[in-house]
Amino acid sequence: MKILVIAEQRSGQWNKVSFETLAAAQQIAAQADGRLAAAVVGKGVATLADELAAKKLDEVLLVEHDLLADYTPDGFSLALKQVIEQTKPDLVLLPHTYQVRDFAPKLAASLGKGMIGDCTGVRHEGGNLVFVRQMFQGRTAADVTFAGAAPWFATFQAGAFRADLVAEGAGKAPVKSLAVELKPEQIRTRPLELFREAKQAVDLTQAAVIVAIGRGIKEPANIPLAEKLAKLMGGELAASRPICDEGWLPMDRQIGSSGQTVAPKLYLALGISGAIQHVVGMKGSRTIVAINKDSNAPIFEVADYGIVGDIFEIIPALTEALEKSKD
Amino acid sequence: MKIIVCIKQVPARDAPLRIAESGGWIKEADISFEMNEPDGFALEEALRLKEKHGGEVVALSMGPERVKATIKEALAKGAERGIHVLDDNFFALDPLASARSMAVAIRKESPDLVLTGLQSDDHGFGQSGVLLAELLGLPHATIIMSIEAVDGRMKLKRELEAGWFQWVELPLPALLSIQSGINKPRYATLKGIMAAKKKEIATIARAGLGVASDPTQKVERIYVPQKSKKTEIIGGTAKEAAGKLIEKLRFEARVL
Repeated sequence: MKILVIAEQRSGQWNKVSFETLAAAQQIAAQADGRLAAAVVGKGVATLADELAAKKLDEVLLVEHDLLADYTPDGFSLALKQVIEQTKPDLVLLPHTYQVRDFAPKLAASLGKGMIGDCTGVRHEGGNLVFVRQMFQGRTAADVTFAGAAPWFATFQAGAFRADLVAEGAGKAPVKSLAVELKPEQIRTRPLELFREAKQAVDLTQAAVIVAIGRGIKEPANIPLAEKLAKLMGGELAASRPICDEGWLPMDRQIGSSGQTVAPKLYLALGISGAIQHVVGMKGSRTIVAINKDSNAPIFEVADYGIVGDIFEIIPALTEALEKSKD
Repeated sequence: MKIIVCIKQVPARDAPLRIAESGGWIKEADISFEMNEPDGFALEEALRLKEKHGGEVVALSMGPERVKATIKEALAKGAERGIHVLDDNFFALDPLASARSMAVAIRKESPDLVLTGLQSDDHGFGQSGVLLAELLGLPHATIIMSIEAVDGRMKLKRELEAGWFQWVELPLPALLSIQSGINKPRYATLKGIMAAKKKEIATIARAGLGVASDPTQKVERIYVPQKSKKTEIIGGTAKEAAGKLIEKLRFEARVL
């Protein structure tokens, strides 16, 4: 099996999830007696290709063009289509990043192929690759297989594999430059400047304790309850995306794929169901406590301790117990 | 501006999910369905663009008969008309086959703009918008947090990861996938609900669209995920549970 990993960089900086996908690809290659290549796409990214060549793989493909300096979905999918036609991989693996979501389905469809997206695992079963992904906001998992002829496309969710398990190569893998043809008129979107919104007022990544609220908090008037608890625990208040979307807490307190990724020693999730977009931002926490009225909420899957119950009864009880023990 | 919004109907957020005997989907019999929440943001954005620039909003949904209720909800909120691509086995389609079907229906309408939500709360493929753009030959942008339309072009704010954003420009016609949270979706008014009764919903059988359904992938089975951690559930009254939890955090986990 020929496997191609498409690594992601922006302005010469790796998106680290690329290495998690590389780790997954190395595992598949080892089991399937596969040949593994990794591609880096952009302009002036030869040093990144060189860095990649130190990993255990058979070949690095360097795909450079003036029109690939800034990411565009047209430019990247047209270039990678040519790479795939030239190198004929069976399996194309990508990290499930915002950028990949923006072009990979288009790339696959331009070749008449499908993509299994946002996978959390993969295994060999009866000569087939079975991909595992989540459905219903993480309430169920699904085993998914490819149908039809290669190439097959799949993306891996952040945190699904460990980047520190990427094997180094015995020697340097060859770096091959692949020429691609692109014309300015083929690129219909015009990327303009990158920017950050107002400065982050709080750096949640430094907090030792995080008390996070979700939809279960019901209304803004209830937030001070959680705020008080956070204060007593010496922690910061955070939230899942819907709470920040509502404007109940500022965006810089959002945990998850579109917010911050944190790993405090204690993470207390109050009324958070545990959709994957949230869980990827906090599952590295040392101790996770979930309090939710729904015993089937996916948040309990990552929790060390759980209380099934009404947060409006349990938050005051926790507050009272902490206040008492401080006296 | 003629805008088509693709809207999916999904199981209600708090619906109890039970896996069907076939193993590939859930038992639909006794659960309720609702508009996919991310698509509600796309609908709201379409309505606001229409109110600002004129034109019409067409709500398109695919699925069995029940999805008409979701199309009606979109009409009650202000869409002019609906298109229902009827398919009782919609749940079993892969992302490419469902996008190919929608693309046939959309192409006939020659819209200026096609909007989708970020992803669905059931399958969660998150591919429909980008696939439609490719199949319709339209430029696209995803995870959009604001839209300004000026002289046949759009200036868009895209959300990137880790707090970064980017401005992007593209020409019309185009396809945009809207990020959840871009706006505050409106509620349907009583007047809107009454007006929706007179609005047209065109039904097209998916089987008649001439789209081959040679699948690219197959959901073999769905199941309750295995726990990655052993969770200790703490019982008792709220007071008892709170006391026990604090003790465990102090003396067992040593994190307080």
